[in-house]
Amino acid sequence: MTEQRNIDIRVPVLARVEGEGALEIQIHGLDITTLRLRIFEPPRLFEKILEGRDHGEVPDLVARICGICPVAYQMSAVHAFERLFGVDPGSWVRDMRRVLYCGEWLQSHALHIHLLAAPDLLGYGNAIAMARDHPDIVRRGLLLQALGNDIIGLFGARSVHPVGVRVGGFHHVPARSDVTGIYTRLLAAIPEAEALVRWVAALDLPAAEQRFVSVSLRHTAEYPMNAGRLASSDGLDAGIDEFESHFSEQQVAHSTALYCLLKGQPYLVGPLARVNLNLERLPAAVRAVLDESGIVWPSRNPFHAIVARAAEIYYAVLEAARILKDYRVAEAPHAAVVPRAGTAIAGTEAPRGMLWHRYDVQEDGRVVRARIVPPTSQNQARIEADLRQSLEALGPDRSDDELRRRCEMVIRSYDPCISCATHFLDLRVERR
Amino acid sequence: MSTVVAKDRPRAAVHKFASCDGCQLAFLNLGEDLLLLSSLVEFVHFAEAGLVNPEAPVDIAFVEGSIGTIRDVERIQRVRARSRYLVAIGACATAGGLQALRNLADGQAWIADVYASPGYVESLETSTAVAQHVKVDLELWGCPVNSRQLIAAVRALLFGVVPLEEHDKVCMECKRAQVVCVMVAQGLPCMGPVTRTGCGALCPSFGRDCYACYGPAENPNTEALGRRLEGLGIAPAAIGRRFLAINNGAPPFTEAGLRRVHGHD
Repeated sequence: MTEQRNIDIRVPVLARVEGEGALEIQIHGLDITTLRLRIFEPPRLFEKILEGRDHGEVPDLVARICGICPVAYQMSAVHAFERLFGVDPGSWVRDMRRVLYCGEWLQSHALHIHLLAAPDLLGYGNAIAMARDHPDIVRRGLLLQALGNDIIGLFGARSVHPVGVRVGGFHHVPARSDVTGIYTRLLAAIPEAEALVRWVAALDLPAAEQRFVSVSLRHTAEYPMNAGRLASSDGLDAGIDEFESHFSEQQVAHSTALYCLLKGQPYLVGPLARVNLNLERLPAAVRAVLDESGIVWPSRNPFHAIVARAAEIYYAVLEAARILKDYRVAEAPHAAVVPRAGTAIAGTEAPRGMLWHRYDVQEDGRVVRARIVPPTSQNQARIEADLRQSLEALGPDRSDDELRRRCEMVIRSYDPCISCATHFLDLRVERR
Repeated sequence: MSTVVAKDRPRAAVHKFASCDGCQLAFLNLGEDLLLLSSLVEFVHFAEAGLVNPEAPVDIAFVEGSIGTIRDVERIQRVRARSRYLVAIGACATAGGLQALRNLADGQAWIADVYASPGYVESLETSTAVAQHVKVDLELWGCPVNSRQLIAAVRALLFGVVPLEEHDKVCMECKRAQVVCVMVAQGLPCMGPVTRTGCGALCPSFGRDCYACYGPAENPNTEALGRRLEGLGIAPAAIGRRFLAINNGAPPFTEAGLRRVHGHD
């Protein structure tokens, strides 16, 4: 019998993730006794901040939940209020919101692939070091990221906390000349984005086969962004208003975070879940590259999330170019909004997965209560399940360093957005 | 101020406290200039970029986020002790952020209302600016700060000069950019007359009212603006909410907001 080994892995600050998190794992012999993805990012209590605010103030406030995906928060909020108020902003607004969302997917995914994830896969500590040996790869990534940021800027004046979105539509109609500039860059980015998918798919990704449920929106005709029904890989098909009857948040004894579970089980949201559930909604060009990758889709390997993310970059470039090809300047970029009392609900697909909002609204259009379920709180339980399975598959006889590196890589592959998830932390107040 | 330029590259750190991450994106969104910047200064701690060395002494520490936990009260002291220049970036670090609204309410009631049962994270009842805890050498206001502000500050420090503080009003920026006044022309409740410049007058140039994300300008006449907004037909409570938003923790806005919310409502 081999000597029992006690392994204690602590990563006090997780690098290359958004927000402040830590990892703690203890293994006694063959048993994983402790496995915690600890989040110590301080809560900011957004649900309370929103109470008493007019619906018109909400898009600029919820943007501040996340600097990387402010558009997602704005989109879920405006769709929620428009559904309650019966506002139809029309096809121009609908199309331009899709382009705006393409911009956010593009910048967020490009940031993650090149600055956060790729250093893991190529053996560097960070992207600046990686850029010395792989300048073209990093440059292509930064170019795609910049294009995404500039698309957001086209509609929002800046990419972080953009100022162009309002309930009912937009504040501003982009000039034709500005759109032409972006369109030209999108056309130039198409081959770059296609090459990116091929490059990512050819990376030496760890093999893993895990059982997990994918969850995303599904739309009757398009790849999901701003609309659709709730779908899962085990057959869920529900309206967005029914979210709370299928999904529940649960406190786990060893964790500080509330876990969102589907019928009591962990599930996956984000690019891999979206691709897995919406393959036939992708244009032929994207599907062809995915098929040529040698990966069987839908994929059960969580590390394929980065391939899905690259495929969505390619999709976002194609989709934005498709919509902007025949750009026309709208006369009025927004519809009139008349508030009424009720419950406003919407879900949209943030870069990291489905983002669900609910607002109880009083007659004058002010928010009485808010509930926001961000993607990372939905992925929490899945990340820990993945870590457990990955450690068991790798075997506890590996060196501490190897186990730690693998765990960090697993966490990073989910692109967790800890600032978003944090306001769902459970907490204890200490008085000073 | 003595020069920060050393024979070797100056060392820099980016620290995150309670925030949305959006201000450090002003670094990560630099594109190729990020590579150029990293040839001018050596980042030794920047967790999101993959560099973790929070205790290393540095020439310039950029601090994003507000102070909202006991752990962070201690952490900001350590950052200060190890940094030659401490630069607070963004509304959270300079005014406590949107989350400072809990300072004006019953913080504990808020927390109890949102969270069903006590947990393991220690949170203070207040969210406060970095300068309320340690000496801050430079504040860059904005929600978020932009890359131009950061680069200008780095350049100034590299040249050994005091960075220029931008504290004009947004109105000045509109005039310089020849943006038509949205308050005069459209009757919109613009916060530009009391708000610090630096953003590029983005909202008025997009035909909408400024919502004061860059914080108070120098000598902001909040009383006059409040009366003007009342003249536009905005209810006192709604005017109060406009002050008590992104930069609610900045004293001129706290005072103006509370006066409207409590005084006239």
